[in-house]
Amino acid sequence: MPNVMIRRRDDGNLLFYVAKKDMEETIASVETDTADTWGGEVALTDGSRWYIDPISPPPSFPTTLRFKRAD
Amino acid sequence: MAKMTQEETQALIQEVLEVYPEKAKKDRAKHLAANDQSVEQSKKCITSNRKSQPGVMTVRGCAYAGSRGVVWGPVKDMVHISHGPVGCGQYSRAGRRNYYVGHTGVDTFGTMNFTSDFQEKDIVFGGDKKLDKLIDEINELFPLVKGISVQSECPIGLIGDDIEAVSKKKTKELEKPVVPVRCEGFRGVSQSLGHHIANDALRDWVLSNRDGDNSFESTPYDVAILGDYNIGGDAWSSRILLEEMGLRVVAMWSGDGTLPEMELTSKVKLNLVHCYRSINYITRHMEEKYGIPWMEYNLFGPTKIAESLRAIAARFDETIQANAEKVIAKYQAEYEAVVAKYKPRLEGKKVMLYVGGLRPRHIIGAYEDLGMEVVGTGYEFAHNDDYDRTMKEMGNATLLYDDVTGYELEEFVKRLKPDLIGSGIKEKYVFQKMGVPFRQMHSWDYSGPYHGYDGFAIFARDMDMTINNPCWNRMQAPWLQSSESSAAQQAAA
Repeated sequence: MPNVMIRRRDDGNLLFYVAKKDMEETIASVETDTADTWGGEVALTDGSRWYIDPISPPPSFPTTLRFKRAD
Repeated sequence: MAKMTQEETQALIQEVLEVYPEKAKKDRAKHLAANDQSVEQSKKCITSNRKSQPGVMTVRGCAYAGSRGVVWGPVKDMVHISHGPVGCGQYSRAGRRNYYVGHTGVDTFGTMNFTSDFQEKDIVFGGDKKLDKLIDEINELFPLVKGISVQSECPIGLIGDDIEAVSKKKTKELEKPVVPVRCEGFRGVSQSLGHHIANDALRDWVLSNRDGDNSFESTPYDVAILGDYNIGGDAWSSRILLEEMGLRVVAMWSGDGTLPEMELTSKVKLNLVHCYRSINYITRHMEEKYGIPWMEYNLFGPTKIAESLRAIAARFDETIQANAEKVIAKYQAEYEAVVAKYKPRLEGKKVMLYVGGLRPRHIIGAYEDLGMEVVGTGYEFAHNDDYDRTMKEMGNATLLYDDVTGYELEEFVKRLKPDLIGSGIKEKYVFQKMGVPFRQMHSWDYSGPYHGYDGFAIFARDMDMTINNPCWNRMQAPWLQSSESSAAQQAAA
């Protein structure tokens, strides 16, 4: 369950950053991304999948969240 | 030599690795790669930030070097105590050429060495009392000191001293920040963890000191320069460009920086990051806590400077954008003259770099402006995010090496035959004796600054001075020379 810092990149995409692993990946898709909830399964551009319980109301980025591996 | 193909570079790596035993070979192979710009993620082709192999010669430093030497050291109005035995502080004292203004020993302490000089009895009975007394002495002898940081050396962690407790107590007594930094040398695989620990200490003990205090009058154009350590005056030659654009530089981290500046950084509008590796941790924290955006920039060589100034200006309004264009136009004649003078002398020369931090990727643009080509680059202590950024800057099939060993670097140089090597003091004399022009790119070989337009002129002059130095024709003793070569030499001289 790594601590993940999510921030918005200049091009508007969300960036998924794990400090301990020097992992900086772009988020490809989020399961739930509506006006009142954000979360569920998150797929990254490198193919890995992560999970977070949907948060409501959606967090404002940048923020640090705890993710689980989805697989 | 023509440009190498991917296969040739791979073959070269395999050939060089041939001498290692099986296990070492397998490990080292992961750290060497031929650049492929089509690969998006560096982790697919290069491994970094791993412990060096025992038995090889590495040039990495320790966590103490990363904290005391790099991040904290340049903060000029604080005393940084090298807490532990005397050597660590003494042998690294003032070696990094972080320039600053001020009266050393009165209100600034940059080049001084303060140490608790641990003896056997301190190891046996603990050094907390000594630290307590030492801090009082510092405050009495140097009353203008703004704060004190306690930089742990290895024994502090080993004997389990509670420097945090002492620091808290002294902060209260002196009413000045006393910052404990747990940067014992054995932590991590290189100085990189020291940067991280130093950033965390800044976050916990300095950054929030002025939260809730709104007496500082901010403007919409406030920026902070982060990760510029003012080597040979670098931060100054960067700062003037930003100020000419109409921005107000509130803080410099940490070259020529002060504690009050650092405390005010949470009030700025934009953080400008030069050395991403050593300071990104705190900028990410500031982005999250205070909502301050950050961006990386590069002030090496006119192409990159113009690119960076425009990118910075794009974050502000039209006046700043217009000013950025004015600044670029103002210096145009100056840098064009530099390029016109040195490009014919340097065109087509090949460079290999092996440094740390940001330089293996940032300087590439400056060499390209002079018509030179970087054929190999590598970092001492980078992480994968650094290589992600490097692979886009480097040409295809060029060599990338991570934490390269003394043997490997020498072999690569023998085979790639570069016209110039940029690396550190430990490599300098090896390569000069091999007859290869060399620049010490950690401290700009006692020259500098190299940032900004002013720096570019110095950079170009230095590279020309090194590569075209007549001494490189004199590598053979006169009595060993054949008659033709000595005639040719005389004609050249």
